[in-house]
Amino acid sequence: MPRHESFARRVLTLHIPVLLIVLFAVGPYVWSFITSISLPGQMMVRAGEALRYFPENPTFSNYQRLFDRIQFFSNLTDSFVVATLAMLFGLCVSLTASFSFSRFRFWGRRYLMLQFLVINMFPIVLLLIPLFVITSRLGINDTHIALVLAYGTFTIPFSTWMMTSFFNAIPKSLDEQAQIDGCNRFTAMVRIIIPIAMPGIAATGIYIFITSWNEFVFASVLTGRNVETIPLALQRMVGQHRIAWELLTAGGVISAIPVVVLFFFIQKQLISGMTAGAVKA
Amino acid sequence: MRSVTIKRKHDLYPYALLTPAVAGAVAIIFIPMLFSFVLSFMNYVLHRPQDHAFVFLDNYRRALGDGVFRIALRNTFIWIVGVIGLQVSLGFVTALFLNRRFAWRGLARALILIPWVTPSVITALMWRFMLDGNTGIINDLLVRVGILQEYVPWLAMSSTALPAVMVALMWQGFPFFAVMILAGLQAIPTELYEVADVDGAKTYQKFFRITLPLVMPVLLTTILLRTIWVANSLDIIFIMTGGGPGYSSYTLPLYSYIRAYRGLDFGYAATIAVYLTILLIALITGYVVKVLKSEDMY
Repeated sequence: MPRHESFARRVLTLHIPVLLIVLFAVGPYVWSFITSISLPGQMMVRAGEALRYFPENPTFSNYQRLFDRIQFFSNLTDSFVVATLAMLFGLCVSLTASFSFSRFRFWGRRYLMLQFLVINMFPIVLLLIPLFVITSRLGINDTHIALVLAYGTFTIPFSTWMMTSFFNAIPKSLDEQAQIDGCNRFTAMVRIIIPIAMPGIAATGIYIFITSWNEFVFASVLTGRNVETIPLALQRMVGQHRIAWELLTAGGVISAIPVVVLFFFIQKQLISGMTAGAVKA
Repeated sequence: MRSVTIKRKHDLYPYALLTPAVAGAVAIIFIPMLFSFVLSFMNYVLHRPQDHAFVFLDNYRRALGDGVFRIALRNTFIWIVGVIGLQVSLGFVTALFLNRRFAWRGLARALILIPWVTPSVITALMWRFMLDGNTGIINDLLVRVGILQEYVPWLAMSSTALPAVMVALMWQGFPFFAVMILAGLQAIPTELYEVADVDGAKTYQKFFRITLPLVMPVLLTTILLRTIWVANSLDIIFIMTGGGPGYSSYTLPLYSYIRAYRGLDFGYAATIAVYLTILLIALITGYVVKVLKSEDMY
């Protein structure tokens, strides 16, 4: 590699290309945000005429209108409740299993671990129909619980693998030390190992929260009347006669903010967990 | 360092710890999948309970003669190859740039990850908005630059609908490739390049002789994983085109979903899902073999 690249050359072969890729990545958000702060019809000119790239008088009235509709607030609440419960359910159910995979060598271990990996790869449509029938029979259709259970189909396998890789990163000598100090196998796990694994567990939980917050396919089939999460609500706003893009982009921006912010807290943990283990995300 | 793993014969403790996850998976994944498999042999239209009956392979035969099924099957292949090709190309280029040192590398890396966490519904809506035939900014930009003479209704023409959706999926998925490939690149010892420099190797030679071969294992694993994911994904197509115009952007998972969701034809929808599964088995098996060979499972 040349030691002294000229500045002009660096701009051309590095800074400009990277800038273009970054623009491609964030451009849709920038454009959506600009649309969301303009009045209806202000950016939209008749077909064939050039678009306006920034509104004459930017306004947050679309956000105001969005929240004036009581519905959007209840959509936010539904999403929050479902994502939080899905996170707790996924973590609680998988926590001890991933500890077991990480710490013990027992008959059937590899086989069981593979099961958890593979079930995540089957088509979601294969699960959709039976879960609809089952939740109908149980009378829990169109409830938060139905979605939390359905999201278990991806949260359980995902968090089992992810947390196993985080537990693997903790030296086994710590378990040994704890047992010498008078813990039994169970208390060593609860008092020593789980607290150390907490950052990884939290990252896994936040990732489950994000995926549940974003999920659309299960929500569209299992819920819709009493419970309507944000992805479903946004999709339904399109179904109406004229698409109110100003309102829709405002809703999109609002609902993307929490997940993008959360993601930045965990990206390091998550990426290290994923590149280390063979986890699907 | 000695392992604490206490080897007792018939130690039930590890199994006890597994119980919640295994029981959960059996209840909400295995049993439902078996149920779907059974449904695929049945005539099971939800709103016609009197007609529910076992028809054995009728649904499977019906699919083979179904024109829509054939379109969806063909589109599934186009979809996988197109989307993965686009994601790998852009992801690889991005990773190569991010592997160089520059002042705002951390910021660039962070911003590039944003599409990856964007909800599918929002991805679909933003791209639908930008590709709009009347007010889409993509048309506007292309006309301004002079590439297009007039606006093109990308999502409303059967020749461009599926490719347009692929671009949206490339946007959402390329960061994942970039991150994985970047991790692979950073694991390459820099001495290799130094030696190559001493030997007077050209840039392209270093790329094809050092970079590419050493990144290949990571690249292949990522491609396999993402292929399975892309093959199953249907929400972005559903929201952007609904499979249309006509059946021009139908894929197998979308066809199954629409059959179940709109037609309530659960038996046939399950059959389509089983066909999709059969297609994926080869890929999944390939992945399992890779994992078994790797260190992850010891």
